[in-house]
Amino acid sequence: MPAGPALTLRPPWNVTDMENIILEMRNITKTFPGVKALDNVNFKVREGEIHALVGENGAGKSTLMKVLSGVYPAGTYDGEIHYDGEVRAFSTISDSEDLGIIIIHQELALVPLLSIAENIFLGNEIAAKGVIDWRETFSRTRELLAKVGLKEAPSTLITDIGVGKQQLVEIAKAFSKKVRLLILDEPTASLNETDSDALLQLLMEFRSQGLTSIIISHKLNEIKKVADKITILRDGGTVETLDCHKEDISEDRIIKGMVGRDMEDRYPPREPKIGEVLLEVKNWNVFHQQHRDRQFLHDVNFNVRAGEVVGIAGLMGAGRTETAMSIFGRSWGHKITGEVSMHGKPVDVSTIPKAIDAGLAYVTEDRKHLGLVLINNIMHNTSLANLSAVASNGVIDTRREAQVATDYRSRLRIRSHSIYQEAVNLSGGNQQKVVLSKWLFTNPEILILDEPTRGIDVGAKFEIYSIINQLAAEGKGILMISSEMPELLGTCDRIYVMNEGRIVAELPKEEASQESIMRAIMRSGEKN
Amino acid sequence: MAGETSASNTTSIGSYLRNNIREYGLLVALVVIMVFFQVITQGVLFRPVNITNLVLQNSFIVIMALGMLLIIVAGHIDLSVGSIVAFIGGLSAIMLVKWGLHFSIVVPICLILGGVAGAMQGYWVAYQKIPSFIVTLAGMLVFRGLTYLVLQNRPIGPFPKDFQLLSTGFVPDLLAFANPAPTVVTNFFALVVVVVLVIAAVYFGLKKRRTNELHGSENEPMVFFALQMAIIGAVAIFIGFQLSTYRGFPNVLVVMALLIALYTFITNRSTIGRRIYALGGNEKATKLSGINTERLTFYAFVNMGVLAALAGMIIAARLNSATPKAGVGFELDVIAACFIGGASASGGVGKITGAVIGAFIMGVMNNGMSIMGLGIDYQQLVKGLVLLAAVFFDVYNKNKG
Repeated sequence: MPAGPALTLRPPWNVTDMENIILEMRNITKTFPGVKALDNVNFKVREGEIHALVGENGAGKSTLMKVLSGVYPAGTYDGEIHYDGEVRAFSTISDSEDLGIIIIHQELALVPLLSIAENIFLGNEIAAKGVIDWRETFSRTRELLAKVGLKEAPSTLITDIGVGKQQLVEIAKAFSKKVRLLILDEPTASLNETDSDALLQLLMEFRSQGLTSIIISHKLNEIKKVADKITILRDGGTVETLDCHKEDISEDRIIKGMVGRDMEDRYPPREPKIGEVLLEVKNWNVFHQQHRDRQFLHDVNFNVRAGEVVGIAGLMGAGRTETAMSIFGRSWGHKITGEVSMHGKPVDVSTIPKAIDAGLAYVTEDRKHLGLVLINNIMHNTSLANLSAVASNGVIDTRREAQVATDYRSRLRIRSHSIYQEAVNLSGGNQQKVVLSKWLFTNPEILILDEPTRGIDVGAKFEIYSIINQLAAEGKGILMISSEMPELLGTCDRIYVMNEGRIVAELPKEEASQESIMRAIMRSGEKN
Repeated sequence: MAGETSASNTTSIGSYLRNNIREYGLLVALVVIMVFFQVITQGVLFRPVNITNLVLQNSFIVIMALGMLLIIVAGHIDLSVGSIVAFIGGLSAIMLVKWGLHFSIVVPICLILGGVAGAMQGYWVAYQKIPSFIVTLAGMLVFRGLTYLVLQNRPIGPFPKDFQLLSTGFVPDLLAFANPAPTVVTNFFALVVVVVLVIAAVYFGLKKRRTNELHGSENEPMVFFALQMAIIGAVAIFIGFQLSTYRGFPNVLVVMALLIALYTFITNRSTIGRRIYALGGNEKATKLSGINTERLTFYAFVNMGVLAALAGMIIAARLNSATPKAGVGFELDVIAACFIGGASASGGVGKITGAVIGAFIMGVMNNGMSIMGLGIDYQQLVKGLVLLAAVFFDVYNKNKG
């Protein structure tokens, strides 16, 4: 048993205040251009507890933690943060870190080619006049590693240890900064079961030593295991806080809190007219793009019919985007095998131009990096994927190009002062419409939409749904990937559920509900 | 009422100026620099003989800047052009002088060899994803080494007369019979061509404004159009007149003008040009739009190689000798011309006209300072500061806007 962490376990000075609150966030409201990410959120954490923060993607969990840690400085949000009995206004991350609030992000912030010791003390080096004291650094590192139960030499490079151990290094780093409130964002998302269990065990051990932690997770079974309290966020607001010691909280109970909202009027009505099978994907196996010996997609089979909107549900990392991109001209992955057919005939989709010729279009989830040339104008972005249609012998007919861009601008109601406005100056919803214009101009039969409404406001979402309906009515097949389950339920005729690189369920509209999707994911997760 | 209208007009002109300050600023800078050196050299700068020299000295920088602009817009850089200039110059000398081949065979062969040199580098950049800085740094050393090798450390020359004319020849006075004042104007053709070109530019400029208006596209305010045309027209006619009092158009000026026109067209109107801008603006999005970004990058380097080969032959012909040290440092002048001309080091932004004006700014400064008798030390220093100032001006405008 390693020596206990150097935690200051404060006695409850106010005996009448049995709660002993370490953190209270009051009426936090945070707005981004066009989107209200947090709306009057209240969040209270007692000293020495493990407090779980749950909610769907986009519910506002990460935003709330960024407000807390000073990533969004005081003044850019409304509301108050009480920490350790005082109102705090953090303007940088180091302000909150000085008070012992340490956040460990989902994407670990370690430098791969530096050693464990160098990473732990990065920016906080044990040094005199700029000269690092390596002996002290290494011995302190050894103490910290012992505390988190990691048996590695301090000189080991980060790149040489697995993700599970990297997570422990992050926690050791937090301890080097005298952590009092540890925030873990999806700490087990990329860990296998053994590593996850070990990490949760460690958290409970720290709790017994008095450390307070906030854990953000999608894995409800894990939350049930460790959490003292659970706060549920939905659409940027607090739904409720459940006390795990007062009542027995079931996973269904948590799911209900996460998803319970009305769906009427948020999705335009549609009369599906479903025809023959357009796209059929069989036995699709793909290996990971970087970790080349790791199989990422396993025997994925699905189809899309004409006039049908088919959804793919799943958590982050389930392999949905990878499925779409690997089909679209092998733009993701490695060692790809399987068969893609259109109208029952096998087609060659081995390069992006061939995939486009076969009638596919892929509207990316990352429109800024993968969808648009931001410094180019609307017209140039619209014509990019099908430039030859407005050119003859390699010479662009600018008048025809302007005509096309103008048509799509009015058809999709892109709000801009002209087609010559640069994409970078458009709002998220209008940028998305420009990406859609680009792909509609290639006249695809199958349109793959990856998170088509991410980061855009409610009004624009409705417009995007209307466009989807209209395209389906024209007989196109739509494959829609979304992390927002209500959106899938509101627009799709059929939903595939993916988890860990496999299709784990196919739900017709009648059987699909948020509960049934979640259950399919959870069940498959337990099986593997 | 009238006050209101004029107020709204000025704000719109003001905002237009702010949005396009880079382009006008460049033109103004060139004119200011020309006038400055004209005054300080007491009129030597614009003497017909000096203008001719200016063209001959800078044509190859301008020609290479056309290719370099495409490379920079695509998000790359090419450091090897100076060495390719020397290498191809050397090869042309061997073929012309030692083997006695006719220039009509040698010129195309050299252009192809330049393309091959570019392709060899383009392959590593485009398909093996090695940073262009490293590949072309290697190319710079390799081609310089090859130049020493093929020339065996000795200059080769002189060239046959017909090949020299490529660089030092002039377009004959095709309109000599119509010359009204043979005592002043020695090449009437040059003057007529310049005047015709200026008239054509004004005519097509006005025509384009009209079609833009019809289609609701943006037009620059009339004041700017008129002012710009007046300045460019005046400078062009003045230079044309000066040239016509000497020996007329140098051949390289014609080659250069045609190439500028061609590359302006490619960047503005061709699908290849458009795709290169998209590639430089966002390579991943361009690739996901079904565009073969590797092949585009490859072609950009091939093109650069061909233009460097052309420049190499022009320089060799002008010096009448191929030397192993030819073209040392040219890559930096060419790259500087592009950046002064407003190209962005991160790709996706840049104009042919900008690069050409940038090259002229550098050329006029070189020439002007030489006339003043400033040594190479001050010349380098001033050029460096001008480059920094031009790019700072860009960054400052971007941050402000």
